[in-house]
Amino acid sequence: MKTTDTPPPPAGTVEARPVVKKLDTPSGKDRSGGVLNVFSHGVLVIWSVLVVLPLLWAVMTSFKDDKSILTTPWALPDRLHFENWSRAWTQAHMSDYFLNTILVVAGSLIGTLLLGSMAAYVLARFEFPGNRFIYFLFVGGMSFPVILALVPLFYVMNNLGLLNTIHGLILVYIAYSLPFTVFFLTSFFKTLPTSVAEAAIIDGASHTRTFFQVMLPMAKPGLISVGIFNFLGQWNQYLLPTVLNTDPDKKVLTQGLVQLASSQGYKGDWSGLFAGLVMAMLPVLGAYIIFQRQVVAGLTAGALK
Amino acid sequence: MQHGKYRFIVGFLVVPLAMYTIFVIWPFIQSIYYSFTDWTGLSPDFKMVGFGNYSRLLDDDTFWKSLQHSVLLALLLPVVVLGLALFFSFMLNVGGRRRKGAAIAGVQGSGFYKIVYFFPQVLSIAIVALLFQFAYNPNSGLINSALDGVGLGSVQPEWLGDPDLALWCVMAVLVWSQVGFFVVLFSAGMASIPKDFYEAALLDGASRVTTFFRITLPLLWDTVQSGWVYMGILALGAESFAVVQIITVGPGGPDGSTSVLTLLVYQKAFRDGQAGYATTIGVALLIVTLIFSAVVMRLGRRERLEF
Repeated sequence: MKTTDTPPPPAGTVEARPVVKKLDTPSGKDRSGGVLNVFSHGVLVIWSVLVVLPLLWAVMTSFKDDKSILTTPWALPDRLHFENWSRAWTQAHMSDYFLNTILVVAGSLIGTLLLGSMAAYVLARFEFPGNRFIYFLFVGGMSFPVILALVPLFYVMNNLGLLNTIHGLILVYIAYSLPFTVFFLTSFFKTLPTSVAEAAIIDGASHTRTFFQVMLPMAKPGLISVGIFNFLGQWNQYLLPTVLNTDPDKKVLTQGLVQLASSQGYKGDWSGLFAGLVMAMLPVLGAYIIFQRQVVAGLTAGALK
Repeated sequence: MQHGKYRFIVGFLVVPLAMYTIFVIWPFIQSIYYSFTDWTGLSPDFKMVGFGNYSRLLDDDTFWKSLQHSVLLALLLPVVVLGLALFFSFMLNVGGRRRKGAAIAGVQGSGFYKIVYFFPQVLSIAIVALLFQFAYNPNSGLINSALDGVGLGSVQPEWLGDPDLALWCVMAVLVWSQVGFFVVLFSAGMASIPKDFYEAALLDGASRVTTFFRITLPLLWDTVQSGWVYMGILALGAESFAVVQIITVGPGGPDGSTSVLTLLVYQKAFRDGQAGYATTIGVALLIVTLIFSAVVMRLGRRERLEF
């Protein structure tokens, strides 16, 4: 269980010497003009289309009736079949899946941020025997394949009576989010100035009080970054609920949809399925467009462990 | 004071550490132990079989096939994804026509491209997989009807149903969902490269291709290397599991043509009642992952010395 990948230095750390001494083209003029620009724009546009088209196609299809989905996949809907959406929301249990997902993610996110920042704070700011060991124990968890632990975990959960429960899922999400959260927040707490916390201690505040009233508010930017990272990871989680949560009533969005696709597919309710798919896509896409900067900052700060 | 300090440390660490130990560390250690047993997972009884599972692994064709697919994904996916992402992000940040005053600039509308390219990254891989399952549908899917529409009606591949194509379809989905993230990541890296370097290159009349290979890539190498490891682990891990399990028939594809190690662990443990053997495959997966990371780190280091 060793950490295999060392944390990267900040992107583009510049310690290299300038390497521009012997570049091979002496002509000096703007050689990279016209043709290449048309070409590069073309390629960029093509990729945009490749990204957007399937998404738009799904939205469009969710408003069509079953027959035209199967016969004319590219045609616009004859009219907007909103009933697909209401059918998916109620009969196909999308509302339940949403509710379950919101419950699980809300619980896990709060738990992850609270427990993660507590552990990270102690590991970053206090010297005690075993500090390094505990830190590497946490961080080491980032690099091993989750599926390996899942087989025994299934039976651990079973024995604890946590299988197929919302709170069991929350506990597991928190545990598997801790490695990265602790890693990220430990380095973040190290960058915060010590003087404010020391002043609070001298004024007679307890360590606990100092943490909650002084350090945690100061750590807000870090908490937001790691919070966004965890939110998306937990909202989009598929493997953990698939294995640990097989009760149809407790399904989260991703597994609910997959389950719908395999069962509804036979019933032929393609339009309802597309409506459900779009329903699951739109909230995150919408949130991303609104909070675009924060999401990108959070994910890029986060994902490269 | 000192006493209070230790009480505080223990108080803050005990819950996170306990949860992490129970749900992550302990199962992980157990799985290595179970890989030496004949545990079915269904009954509490099992006995030690030594290296029995491991020797069974060597004779298991499904295992070798899955291993081959996993390794192929881990080797090819980073090349394609990082290659595309480097090209796009270079275009977006450096490749633009020079405007007055700025030494370097991205193409016009680069902000818009960056937002759009990132879309797939915020979607769950399960949702992405479902979407592509529909797109690949041979009769009514997006892709074949598009082929039909442009007059290629005779070319109607079965996509996921074709053993020769299915794995490539899986790979395409993973590429689609990952490129945008690296475009944004590399863009951030490129933004931190000092402008002087580009100005000097410009004065020397370097072309864009030269600029890329002599300046951008070497200075971005650390990020590329971490991206390489990240992408490889992703290809070996949960993402490829989700795509294969959701979209390919079987699941595991026609004739096992898309089976990957993660899927095999899942199937052996939760479908076939061979939990002990499943953990053995899991250990093999762990070894492959460790070797992959070690090799990339090693090769990357040598590469860096060149300039």
